[in-house]
Amino acid sequence: MKTTIRDILAKHGRLPAPVGGLSDDDDLHAAGLTSFGSVEVMMALEEAFGIEFPDRMLNRRNFSSISAIEQAVMTVQAEEAA
Amino acid sequence: MTSALARRDDIAEALALVPPAVDERELVKAARTIATKIAAPNAADVDENARFPSETFAALKEAGLLGIMVPQALGGQGASVACVSEICAALAQACASSGMIYAMHQIKMSSLTVHCLDSEWHRGFMRACAEEQLLLASATTEGGGVGGDMRQSICGVQRDGDMFDLAKDGCLISYGAYADAILITARRTPDAPASDQVMAVMRADQYRLEKTGAWNTMGMRGTCSDNFFFSGRAPAEQIIPLAFADISAQSMLPYAHLLWASVWYGIASDAVARSEAFVRAEARKRPGATPPSALRLAELLTLQQRFKALVVAGIDRYERAKDDADELTSIGFGVAMNAIKISASQSAGEIVNAAFLICGIMGYRNDSPYSLARPMRDALSAPIMINNDRILGNVSNLLAVYKHDASLLR
Repeated sequence: MKTTIRDILAKHGRLPAPVGGLSDDDDLHAAGLTSFGSVEVMMALEEAFGIEFPDRMLNRRNFSSISAIEQAVMTVQAEEAA
Repeated sequence: MTSALARRDDIAEALALVPPAVDERELVKAARTIATKIAAPNAADVDENARFPSETFAALKEAGLLGIMVPQALGGQGASVACVSEICAALAQACASSGMIYAMHQIKMSSLTVHCLDSEWHRGFMRACAEEQLLLASATTEGGGVGGDMRQSICGVQRDGDMFDLAKDGCLISYGAYADAILITARRTPDAPASDQVMAVMRADQYRLEKTGAWNTMGMRGTCSDNFFFSGRAPAEQIIPLAFADISAQSMLPYAHLLWASVWYGIASDAVARSEAFVRAEARKRPGATPPSALRLAELLTLQQRFKALVVAGIDRYERAKDDADELTSIGFGVAMNAIKISASQSAGEIVNAAFLICGIMGYRNDSPYSLARPMRDALSAPIMINNDRILGNVSNLLAVYKHDASLLR
């Protein structure tokens, strides 16, 4: 899943530096992820994983690192499966 | 206003030294007296000469009202956003520029009181704010194409050992020449991305302001929002540890939009009060007959009630969200605060405009007690103070993923 997330970040995140240089826990906002970039990423994640992030999950923390995004996707997947 | 208790900070609680909650009604009462006795009689002169409302701010300092948001453990009153909103509205009803300066000062204060309680230098600075009643200004805009987009910086912090240097060109700094300290944004380093920003607190003896443009506008003339070239040097510990992105989303956005909305509510209240006085005078001229303008006044009061409900609901939402970082940085919360700004800025103009139909030529004149000229000019600043189109544009960027929350009480 992290590979897909990295691909999406590279394609839609509009980050100034290559995603390959980031670790899973690096702060994406410090790496230059803007609110517009994060919306593009959220949209691509919803598309790629066939999920919809509920309103309460659309916050800064859930999209602050590759690990956090993975956690958020898994949470939504678990909720949608329940 | 709501009877929100003064915020009690962690340290005071840990030491079991929580002083009794400050009676915020007393703070509001003191502000109202200053509004009526000092801000109102000077408002016309402040407006005409586009000058800083120095008498009003001397009185606010004297009454200790500039430092009321500082936590009690640091010498302030820990005043709530509800209390500060009420003071903004009271001042703006008398002098919109005074209300707006007070709002902008407290918006800066919120960055300290919300995010800097664990920073030694900033705690000391907050103590100074309470003791010396320091007036804080903001340098978040910049020239070079950045303009009013405060989430982008061109300039960066230049570190030099324990010190840093910062130079910012073309920034508009409201009452910059009268401030005791400025909170300024910049890139974390000169090479950092434009949106990776920090905010530093710099005291007046640590920077130099070179005025590059004067504030000569239709309204809000007393805010003296001149353009400056800013350059300064200070110890690096004065840089707020938290990223500006978080400060912006968690405290600046709600404080700015709620306090501005309160100021605009105050301007609208001024227009409503002038309309009421006009209708009362008309009624006394012809006892036994309701003046035709009374119907319009009844209608105006419904608009004002709607405006009040908007601001109060916003204050309430912030009070419920303020201790929850996830909620504060959620898209939904941001959309709600932006909606309050847009709606409040439109309401102010709409209400003053509607008041013209009530006061008629007496409202249109510059020299009548029912004159609506200054409130109209002041209210016109609201939709362009952070342009509503920029805000709607920012919100529209979120709609590819945002789903609104249909609950009534969230």
